[in-house]
Amino acid sequence: MKLKDIAGLIDGEIIVKGKADSIDIVSVCSSDLMSDVLRFAAKGALLVTALNQTQVIRTAEIADIAAVLMVLGKKMEKDMIELAKEKNIALMVTHLPAFTVCGMLYVGGLRSCLEE
Amino acid sequence: MNVEGCFQLMGGDFTNAGAASSELKSTLSKLGVSQDIIRRASIAAFEAEMNIIIHAVAGTMHYVVNNGEIRIILTDMGPGIEDIELAMQEGYSTAPDWVREMGWGAGMGLPNIKKNADRFKIDSVVGEGTTLEIVIYMRKD
Amino acid sequence: MLKVSDIIEKIGLDIRVSGDMHKYVTGCYISDLLSDVMAHSKDGELWITLQTHPNIVAVAVIKGLSCIVITNGRLPETDTVKKAESENITILTTSKTTFEIAGLLYNILRSE
Repeated sequence: MKLKDIAGLIDGEIIVKGKADSIDIVSVCSSDLMSDVLRFAAKGALLVTALNQTQVIRTAEIADIAAVLMVLGKKMEKDMIELAKEKNIALMVTHLPAFTVCGMLYVGGLRSCLEE
Repeated sequence: MNVEGCFQLMGGDFTNAGAASSELKSTLSKLGVSQDIIRRASIAAFEAEMNIIIHAVAGTMHYVVNNGEIRIILTDMGPGIEDIELAMQEGYSTAPDWVREMGWGAGMGLPNIKKNADRFKIDSVVGEGTTLEIVIYMRKD
Repeated sequence: MLKVSDIIEKIGLDIRVSGDMHKYVTGCYISDLLSDVMAHSKDGELWITLQTHPNIVAVAVIKGLSCIVITNGRLPETDTVKKAESENITILTTSKTTFEIAGLLYNILRSE
């Protein structure tokens, strides 16, 4: 699923485009614990989180995650947005909670990242 | 191939936390190391780097790439680990609540490092600090 | 409206602590940050989390949550189990991921 289609589905706003046009999201990881995210084969995945810290972008970079979706309309520090731009990681925000987002994406055909 | 580097790490510096591992990752990419090896090395380095940011006053990350392996050595001035066996258990953590609220400290760090390393050694003295040595082979043989 | 016991039956969760299984599940909340759950979860919601720490029980009690579902094969700590038993809070576990459980529950709650 293209990022703009995901944004349309979950009423999201794309803050940092990254490589959005070329990425096709097939898997999702929903977590606020970064060590947990690192356990998954999350290459090219979408990370759904409510954690608005720069380390979310670091984790995405280390784990080759393509895009981060911030839920609950959480405000993001400038540092976080700048780092996402620098690392070419797409960043999106939605006012919806994680459960609704995950439910809609699951129904939309996306599947969970698998543990390595 | 013989490439090495060293980074200074400051305890509590969550803004720059992960920058050293990020740089290690990009260095390994430039060296043409395979994707799977880069992933394992950078995840192990990142977890170890975060441990220092969370628990220690300061520390260093030193890496050497040669003889077909990546060796990452992290040394810190921190509280030390009282019971290493316990610290290796998934879910065990001594991190305070505020660290948990930052998305860390759920007791997965050391197990994640071990999982991604080919060789892994911890030396720790309570009240002085901890040294981690992580080795990842670049070839399967 | 579905009860905790209905949810267990429908998606196959493992029971670690059997609290009040007749509680109605009003919705679901996903979070691994306790302050977030304190701020945003609603009475009767089923809480999906990776946290295994005893504090999750206190949060569930204060917020009146119907049960806690721990995902990714993680297990509640011994103290968490004891605390949940004394507070009558149901703790369920699954080897499935948060995303998968959310997807399954979303489908079930939607069709209700």
